[in-house]
Amino acid sequence: MDGRKTSNWWTVWGVVILLWAAFPLVWMLSLAFKDPATFRSGEASFFPAEWTWTNFETVFSDDLFTSALRNSFGIAVIATAISVVIAMFAAYAIARLDFRGKKLLLSMALGIAMFPQAALVGPLFNMWRGLGIYDTWIGLIIPYLTFALPLSIWTMSAFFRQIPWEMEQAAQVDGATAWQAFRKVIVPLAAPGVFTTGILTFFFCWNEFLLAISLTSTDQARTVPAALSFFTGASQFESPVTAVMAASVVVTIPVVILVLVFQRRIVAGLTAGAVKG
Amino acid sequence: MTITEERVQAPPPSPPPAKVSDRLHHERRLGLRLSAPAFIVMILVTAYPLGYAVVLSFYKYRLTDPDGRQFVGLQNYLTVLTDPVWWSAVTTTAIITLVSVAIELVLGFGFAWVMYRIVRGRSFVRTAILVPYGIITVVSAFVWRYAFQLDSGFVNQWFGLGEFNWFGERWSSLFVITLSEIWKTTPFISLLLLAGLVQVPGELLEAAKVDGASAWQRLWKVVLPNMKAAIMVAVLFRTLDAWRIFDNPFVMTGGANETETLSFLAYRQNVTLVNLGAGSAISVLLFVTVVLIALMFIKGFKTDLSQVRGDED
Repeated sequence: MDGRKTSNWWTVWGVVILLWAAFPLVWMLSLAFKDPATFRSGEASFFPAEWTWTNFETVFSDDLFTSALRNSFGIAVIATAISVVIAMFAAYAIARLDFRGKKLLLSMALGIAMFPQAALVGPLFNMWRGLGIYDTWIGLIIPYLTFALPLSIWTMSAFFRQIPWEMEQAAQVDGATAWQAFRKVIVPLAAPGVFTTGILTFFFCWNEFLLAISLTSTDQARTVPAALSFFTGASQFESPVTAVMAASVVVTIPVVILVLVFQRRIVAGLTAGAVKG
Repeated sequence: MTITEERVQAPPPSPPPAKVSDRLHHERRLGLRLSAPAFIVMILVTAYPLGYAVVLSFYKYRLTDPDGRQFVGLQNYLTVLTDPVWWSAVTTTAIITLVSVAIELVLGFGFAWVMYRIVRGRSFVRTAILVPYGIITVVSAFVWRYAFQLDSGFVNQWFGLGEFNWFGERWSSLFVITLSEIWKTTPFISLLLLAGLVQVPGELLEAAKVDGASAWQRLWKVVLPNMKAAIMVAVLFRTLDAWRIFDNPFVMTGGANETETLSFLAYRQNVTLVNLGAGSAISVLLFVTVVLIALMFIKGFKTDLSQVRGDED
């Protein structure tokens, strides 16, 4: 009896956490469905007096937002893919091989994870203009790779440590080379870890703001976070508030879907990468 | 790999030591080769630009006046360090960091504890907590800004604050900035703490319970000491992350009313004002502050980084 009572209390606290996480989202939705012309007239009520899709029409008819959406997806997906491949090799080496430079690699990854990106915007801004990659996809992909790699490497090497490596040895005894053993035996076993790392890396790139506003200047490469901060609404006479919230709703949907579908993996990935489990 | 060849070619009494060292040699080369791309990408975009920033910081150099570039030695550092704008940014960043990390640590521990103990709806709570983690920081900043903003917000009405302009002065602005930061990043810290919490040996807790220790005593004498490593790592990560705060003040105040943080200052000098000389000095100083904080944790608080680094032992 006592146990059940306690368990109910924990559920109550769970609901509190749930509300804490969901409340700002509800506010975002509510604002996104308010009428842009009248949302502030009268009392600023929490929910819209009348629900309207106008704001979504506004943002989707705006080139600034649609191109930003394209840029964000493209840049995040490409950076994630490359980062995951590079990290996969490094993580395999870390989890599996004994070599000089391993400690250095891990320390360097740690150092870069803590590195203040703002310290680089000046030099990168200048260098990228010199190289002609300022305001291009590649100009953002390169630094995203650098700053996503530490996260990718840790998360993946933590996953790789849990793989039953005897299977690799068995394959080698059967005559496979190290490379074949890696590709044919380990890759399928490692796929879940690789996939989880991909999600976390995607979140990082999808989120990034400082480099995005520093290294872009037009629709050509400006990502969603950067575009949002420049968004002025349907016309300069109208407040951008409701349109910005509609755009926010749109870019939050992929995050919510990924979280809903891969909750268990994301939690495992986040904790595995940071604290040895 | 050489093993296969040896198996075919080498006569049966081949000396095992040679085989081992050969294998070791191969392993080393493969290890380096596999991690080389990671090394290169990480150095390329950090070490070189940072070195470039160090060089630029010794020059007077504005992009608006490229021909006026001249060597000025440590002048830029002197200018920055005697400027109240720099010290205001240091204070603002320090306040946000201290307050948000302290609150997040307590709140995050509470969340971790709930996630640890909850039976019904466990995965539901874990899913919910991941949404703030995954959401774009700029979006979180806008959501909270509009909640407090005079024309769109509900906060003043709910709490009867009338026409109070939250973004009209420093402390109320910092309050909203910190609130958004806390909402967005507590999940991360709570998941790290949860990972530490599940490693606390259950027998120890049982033994303490049998010996008559109160819940409070068990928390302070058993649970917390046993997850010290996880706590320190979580605090180190979050401190350095908060120290780089940029998105929230940018979206909410644009740095007005002394809410400019160090990252923001570096961005404004380098990118907005294209004042690359002084801007680079700020970049280098920002980097130095991060190194100092990291050293403080590692040497001062003896944070065990082998846990984070993932060293085998």
